[in-house]
Amino acid sequence: MTTTTAPLLDVRDLHVEFHTRDGVAKAVNGVSYTVEAGRTLAVLGESGSGKSVTAQAVMGILDTPPGRITAGQVLFRGQDLLTMGEEHRRRLRGAKLAMIFQDALSALNPVMTVGAQLGEMYEVHQGMSRSDARARAVQLMDRVRIPAAKQRAGDYPHQFSGGMRQRIMIAMAVALEPDLIIADEPTTALDVTVQAQVMDLLAELRREYATGLVLITHDLGVVADVADHIAVMYAGRVMESAPVAELYARPAHPYTRGLLDSIPRLDRKGRELYAIKGLPPSLTAVPPGCPFNPRCPMAQDICRTDRPPLHPAGPGRVSACHFWKETLEGSAR
Amino acid sequence: MTPEPLLQVTDLVKHYPLTRGILFRKQVGAVHAVDGVSFTLRRGETLGIVGESGCGKSTVARLLVGLERPTAGQIRYRGEDITKLSGPALRTVRRNIQMVFQDPYTSLNPRMTVGDIVGEPFEIHPEAAPKGDRRQRVRELLDVVGLNPEHINRYPHQFSGGQRQRIGIARGLALRPEVIVADEPVSALDVSVQAQVVNLMQRLQGQFGLSYVFIAHDLSVVRHISDRVAVMYLGRFAEAGTDEEIYDHPTHPYTQALLSAVPVPDPAAGAARGRIILTGDVPSPAAPPSGCRFRTRCWKATERCAAEVPALAVPAWLKDGPAAHASACHYAAER
Repeated sequence: MTTTTAPLLDVRDLHVEFHTRDGVAKAVNGVSYTVEAGRTLAVLGESGSGKSVTAQAVMGILDTPPGRITAGQVLFRGQDLLTMGEEHRRRLRGAKLAMIFQDALSALNPVMTVGAQLGEMYEVHQGMSRSDARARAVQLMDRVRIPAAKQRAGDYPHQFSGGMRQRIMIAMAVALEPDLIIADEPTTALDVTVQAQVMDLLAELRREYATGLVLITHDLGVVADVADHIAVMYAGRVMESAPVAELYARPAHPYTRGLLDSIPRLDRKGRELYAIKGLPPSLTAVPPGCPFNPRCPMAQDICRTDRPPLHPAGPGRVSACHFWKETLEGSAR
Repeated sequence: MTPEPLLQVTDLVKHYPLTRGILFRKQVGAVHAVDGVSFTLRRGETLGIVGESGCGKSTVARLLVGLERPTAGQIRYRGEDITKLSGPALRTVRRNIQMVFQDPYTSLNPRMTVGDIVGEPFEIHPEAAPKGDRRQRVRELLDVVGLNPEHINRYPHQFSGGQRQRIGIARGLALRPEVIVADEPVSALDVSVQAQVVNLMQRLQGQFGLSYVFIAHDLSVVRHISDRVAVMYLGRFAEAGTDEEIYDHPTHPYTQALLSAVPVPDPAAGAARGRIILTGDVPSPAAPPSGCRFRTRCWKATERCAAEVPALAVPAWLKDGPAAHASACHYAAER
């Protein structure tokens, strides 16, 4: 029970650049979002929107160089992670902040048994003996419903199926009961029936440990079921941020509306799909003004010159569109 | 009036041998990738095949275009069994059945220009376009799929994923085929680009009277584009019917579970649907379960399911109903 007023995670005006041969790529260009304790924030975006880079900057696992955080703050319970010492930060990582990666096979150590990898968390962070740590690892595997956990603790990652490997990643993330888990496309590589199992498990553990969750995804469907709040990213910026139900019912940004209209729905068959014209911009040459303006059906002159600020667009929601009001009114459905 | 069948597939089987030993190779088993699949594809129609990874849907695609020879079964194109053909006869048939691949990053030769890639089918089928015309034909094809014909001399890496998939589609169209087999054509693309490619494929279908076999794991995309849908599990069809029959009246437990697992981008609708969470993983196709392939994960399974293979047939109680369609389950019922 925390009584502090500071949110669990508060990312403020974060900027990340990459120096590439083609110039400076502004992967994250002034992103702000907050996660309250025990809540789920979904960060939604297409490839290249900067959603994963933001997460890497929060976790402190950004490759520098080529990456560079040029501005911004990442406040975890009020403490700025970006200015604290690496030693301090390392102690928080794993214990207070944990991450689940998309590709479990490359995130797990291929030459260590999964039991040893899970146990290592307890040995390093809590100073447990190897045998105690091993016993805890088996309990944990049991908790994420890996059948015959005791026997399988001696297996290597490649001996598990994709769904089982992702469970091990989840086990590793919840091992030390962190306050915040960042899950980067946790189910993208999985089949739908397995995806449902894994999302179910993640939601259950999140409730059980009252963990805050940042769920990074490109899938509008997955988000609808589990998130409390959504931030939609495009070209390194937050385009819109809103509570889930409101965002789906009445998007306040033309990009969000375009995305929602462009996906075929299982529960209703339409004629032609709405397609957002054109392509996402190259991050080395993001258009001036609103980055979405070349693809936007509502773009006016102002959109090509002035970068829209985040306008408050209702309780708990903001929209980075000069015409958020018109969009909101136009998208009542 | 139903249009004539273009492709008739009967009892298609593809087993890949598992061998042991280096000098004296002996077969110790087989991966049952496709194990008795039958369907008909009519002119101008889209058949969607959905299934999870390892269900054999891509093997079906490869068999249809002749990249693999089936272990058993027939593929009839206009009445002629193409699995027995070879030489010029096979080449003629292949001209009419073309493929679009999943991954636009690996299915285009990085050292060939777009013009050479799209024009390559004319090298193999010189009768399709006289030599002097080819360049012009390639330009037309690029235009048809929504690419700038001026980019004919560019290389694949100069294009985005969606544009590359358009190049793959242009190549598939080059020989004016009747059937296009598309294996996960949009799954590597971002959502906003996916819609562009799906719309393009639908427009081309109308324009050229194409028939599609559209293979994907994304049930929503398959519903959107397909006239008829087959659900595949471990090498067999679990259920087949029109898109309404499959999506609104599924009778096979696997179809029901699969549909309930698909996330719907609507928080209100999501909560209203009854989720079926399956236990366990898909069994290995090298050792498929006896009887019904799905029985190891099915909540309805009985001893009968282990003993008898359920046939893909219309259940008796459904025969006269409005949604009569085939389901390979002993206990087929709507939820």
